[in-house]
Amino acid sequence: MKNDSVLPRGQGRRRGPEFPPYDTATVAAILDRWRDQPGNLLPILHEVQQALGFVPPGAVGQIAKAISRSRAEVHGVISFYHDFRTSPPGRAVLKVCQAESCQACGSRELTAHAERTLGCKLGETSRDGAVTIEPVYCLGNCACSPAVLLDGALHGRVTPAALDRLLAQARRQP
Amino acid sequence: MTIKVCVPRDAAALSVGADATAAAIATAAQLAGQTIQLVRTSSRGMFWLEPFVEVETASGRVGYGPVTAEDVPGLFAAGFLQGGAHPLAHGKVEAMPFLARQERLTFARAGLTDPLSLADYEAHGGLRGLRRALGMAPTAVVEEVVASGLRGRGGAGFPTGIKWRTVAGAPAQPKYVVVNADEGDSGTYSDRMVMEGDPYVLLEGMAIAGYATGASFGYIYLRSEYPHALAVLNEALATLRARGVYGRSVLGSDFAFDAEVRVGAGAYICGEETALLESLEGKRGMVRFKPPLPAIKGLFGQPTVVNNVVSLASVPIILDRGGAHYADFGMGRSRGTLPIQLAGNVKRAGLVEKAFGVTLRQLIEDYGGGTRSGRPVRAVQVGGPLGAYFDQRLLDLPLDYEALAQHKGMVGHGGIVVFDDTVDMAEQARYAMEFCAVESCGKCTPCRIGSTRGRELIEKIVRGEDVARNHRQLLALCDVMENASLCALGGMAPWPVLSALQYFPGDFGLPEKEPAHVV
Repeated sequence: MKNDSVLPRGQGRRRGPEFPPYDTATVAAILDRWRDQPGNLLPILHEVQQALGFVPPGAVGQIAKAISRSRAEVHGVISFYHDFRTSPPGRAVLKVCQAESCQACGSRELTAHAERTLGCKLGETSRDGAVTIEPVYCLGNCACSPAVLLDGALHGRVTPAALDRLLAQARRQP
Repeated sequence: MTIKVCVPRDAAALSVGADATAAAIATAAQLAGQTIQLVRTSSRGMFWLEPFVEVETASGRVGYGPVTAEDVPGLFAAGFLQGGAHPLAHGKVEAMPFLARQERLTFARAGLTDPLSLADYEAHGGLRGLRRALGMAPTAVVEEVVASGLRGRGGAGFPTGIKWRTVAGAPAQPKYVVVNADEGDSGTYSDRMVMEGDPYVLLEGMAIAGYATGASFGYIYLRSEYPHALAVLNEALATLRARGVYGRSVLGSDFAFDAEVRVGAGAYICGEETALLESLEGKRGMVRFKPPLPAIKGLFGQPTVVNNVVSLASVPIILDRGGAHYADFGMGRSRGTLPIQLAGNVKRAGLVEKAFGVTLRQLIEDYGGGTRSGRPVRAVQVGGPLGAYFDQRLLDLPLDYEALAQHKGMVGHGGIVVFDDTVDMAEQARYAMEFCAVESCGKCTPCRIGSTRGRELIEKIVRGEDVARNHRQLLALCDVMENASLCALGGMAPWPVLSALQYFPGDFGLPEKEPAHVV
């Protein structure tokens, strides 16, 4: 496959052990399942990311060819949406709500606390590769603000102490 | 006798430990040798009491909350299976003031049923609207919705029936029903509650929309932040297909309808209907020029009904009881009920379904009980991140599309976010511009560039740099964004900024007596 120089490269971070490395067969199986379905690019990208932890820049050509779109178009879609990653995340992903309802209940302090604890900023991964923290704009848990989503599990009324417990749990995972 | 105990499975309830509570109740019942029927229901929407446990007694359901797993042994000791007294007891649920003073039409089943039990759904009035609709001419169904006065609950407030009429009148085939389930406004969660707690009412509403407009396929565009709703909707769809409600012959008629859930990817702009359609087509979520309206050329260039979740969930009861019944609620041109969502720093945060016309003060004080922190209310944002910030002086405004519009506010999707007196309104204004910059699709310049320049101007004003000039610049920029942006994101991002400037100038270091910019 031709080197895709316009695309951001993975930053060589340690990949969580639960994700297999990119191989064309995994992506091909996903493409087969969605072939001929209208508007299939987002579902394909979601499934690739679910399987591999991110959308490998090297897979863009394979996806584009299978759905008869240009690589530029596929890259454009990946870069447009906040959800899609082009480099591997940490072993756990923590999304901290940044929107108004959580702001009214201390999310700014909670975010600062998470950044201090993990030693990295929103959008980055802790040095030990355990946790990636990302901003999210509303989890729909506004009646139990502030809210975070840790590996798909929603948590409400999260105090800094409660967040420490969640993070300690996440970091203990292999 | 087997005692029925209900614990919500709503994501908000799960986020504060409902699963652990349910497990503790099952264990404690076993230890006590009590046979109970543990049902995972939807939530009543009284989220400050979650996990909220209800016990069915001879005199009705009795509620306890918030019940953590650690509270469970104490509740058993207090005889809560018989409705026994306990510090966490709230008595009969239906009589609780927060619920008793609501008019629940769309959320009639909230907290009562197992979301995925079709039998529960039918026992509580489900599918009656669809059955009645299938016995009517499609045009009569459209007119019933027109008569109800229902306006889009997603934020724009466009009359739903009129939209349907346009799609029904479009000759092209196929047509689509698209559900806008990209509930991105902070402070809102009513769509999530419908999808997780009463999925069949949305799917019934979709089928009615399909029948009325001549569409036989629907897509639900669901935001990726709602994984619980995704699981429930997919299971509900499978059940409806298996029971012949969806499929080639809807409820035995010759009308065919099916639907599919598609998941968004974290872009706020995809809640704008044309960006949503682009996204469904597998493209970047860039806003389209209008016309053509989606009703004429929508998804894949075909006539498309795009409706919000709560709008469609309001349709079954309108068909069941008639448009006139629904229109009896409300005031002026705002008919029916609005599910209002109390959020942010409020003591009793939750869902209040009321006829239009209730005031903000009633909502925040009578229902909400003031702030959670116990400090005075300083600012209230109504209608999501693009809604104006109001101060105390405006809390007597009734919640009504036109009344709020007079003060450059909007009902939006019905979210109310409360802030106490520790809030820095200049920071909130800066955030409004920053959010717009993060989420702008980039198609039009006022939004793409204006949002970043707006954030910079606010930062300069706060730093005290050339304040008078930067203030003028900011007002001029807001004017350009409001009038020259392609969609509501750029067009309304100035609203929280201008309202913060008007009501809280001191927070920007501006003199308190500023001329009115907003009213």
